[in-house]
Amino acid sequence: MAKPKIPGLFTGMRITFGELIKTLFPKRGIKTLIPSPSRGAVTVQYPHENESPAPRARGVIALKSENCTVCMLCVRSCPDWCIYIEGHKTKAPPRRPGGKERTISALDRFDIDYALCMYCGICVEVCPFDAIFWSPEYEYSEPRLADLLHDEARLNEWMETVPDFEAYEAGSDVKVRKVPR
Amino acid sequence: MNALLEAVELSYWQASVLRVLGVLAAVILPAGGFVYVFLFKMMSFMQSRLGPMEAGPYGSAQLLAEVGKFLQKEDIVPARADRRLFFLAPYIVLASTFLLLVVMPFGPDAYFANLDTGIFLALGLSSVSVIGVLIAGWASANKYSLIGGLRAAGQLIAYELPLVLAVVGVVIQAGTLNLQGIVAAQHQGEIFGFGGIGNPFLITQLVGFVIFLIATQAELTQPPFDMPVAESEIVTGYITEYSGLRFLLFFIGEFATAGAFAAIAATLFLGGWAVPFVDLDDDIMNVAGPLVLFAKMMLVGFLIFWVRFTFPRFREDQLQAFAWKFLIPISLVNIMATMVFKVAF
Repeated sequence: MAKPKIPGLFTGMRITFGELIKTLFPKRGIKTLIPSPSRGAVTVQYPHENESPAPRARGVIALKSENCTVCMLCVRSCPDWCIYIEGHKTKAPPRRPGGKERTISALDRFDIDYALCMYCGICVEVCPFDAIFWSPEYEYSEPRLADLLHDEARLNEWMETVPDFEAYEAGSDVKVRKVPR
Repeated sequence: MNALLEAVELSYWQASVLRVLGVLAAVILPAGGFVYVFLFKMMSFMQSRLGPMEAGPYGSAQLLAEVGKFLQKEDIVPARADRRLFFLAPYIVLASTFLLLVVMPFGPDAYFANLDTGIFLALGLSSVSVIGVLIAGWASANKYSLIGGLRAAGQLIAYELPLVLAVVGVVIQAGTLNLQGIVAAQHQGEIFGFGGIGNPFLITQLVGFVIFLIATQAELTQPPFDMPVAESEIVTGYITEYSGLRFLLFFIGEFATAGAFAAIAATLFLGGWAVPFVDLDDDIMNVAGPLVLFAKMMLVGFLIFWVRFTFPRFREDQLQAFAWKFLIPISLVNIMATMVFKVAF
């Protein structure tokens, strides 16, 4: 049997005891001896107080309907097929006066089934038209499983919660993507 | 308690009801206190979180909620289980816990039985739980349960020895197996002629105390000695197939045993229900004694659970080697040293 490392054992016990004291008595100065664990703990008591997620947290997928061209790339790339898109071809007025009438795809339905979604973010990566974004919003649970199929209107609402992109590195020359508002 | 009961002249059934209530309180209160104070709160604080906060102020009613939850659960018996033994096993484990407290002194007259072989009986009865654990492992008709049961049996037997040997040092120093006698010996003891605080055997039997606590940890199958219930290998060992009330009984048994062992350690090493400067025969100690013992028990419990929440699990062979090659030789040396000092002084 290997010799037990006594110093390591005591270090471990000191660390757990230190954490206990840090959580139980977080106050400094004269109030040190008043236990207030709710301030010392790093956790958040969720239903009573809201967590503030990191700005790039993967909370929910938001949609900018105007940018969607019904190209179906997101639907096909989704590993568990939780995106449902329907669209139709329609005529749009020409870009310049006297030009030809354009054919565009109009979006009829854009639903994401969050009961299936596993938040892999491939749809966000693959979208070439800046239509799908991550939002840190997280309060959208439903009492019924079927109600987790959220429709286009709801996805558009979440677009307002999408934070602006930040530069990957401070002082970098690379152009920062803009979120379409 | 006998003398106390005779003094107020209760009839036999009244005395019996009182005794039953007393033993229930002595088992349930420490178990509940340990679970709430240490398992729920202390562990949470050590992990920088709050633990249960919803049921009652600061989650104090969480225990009732847990009991209610377990009572609601379906009582599942595996198809190929040995039904009678399967039902019996948790009660054997719990019974050994209850019987542990029979010899526990709470005050000069507050005890259930004052036996001359008190500590011997307590240690003997604590081994009975091994049988319950083995039965549970065998009767579940599950390979994980069986492996867990055998591991538990091997571990409990291995750590029973250092437990007993650590106590022998105390017994030699006190000169009696009677737990009241051991309390009295500590109260009346002197440290180099200074008798102010008595002589809690913690000071002279520090090695024994440490060995006793380590062995207790293993007897309770708590981390770092939780190989029999190692969930990553064998689900939960011998409790794998238990659910509902029977699981709850195992759970209560585990923490009530923790309480009982902490109380025994407090009696053997910290002076039991006695406090310095208060006479041993003082009637006030019949009321204050249980509280003093409870406070000392919580102190020992803090040590046990502090270790529990700090260290990772031993491997099975390390666990056995630690008992046979390390703890037992040291406790034997401790006994020899105690004998020499007993004769020399």
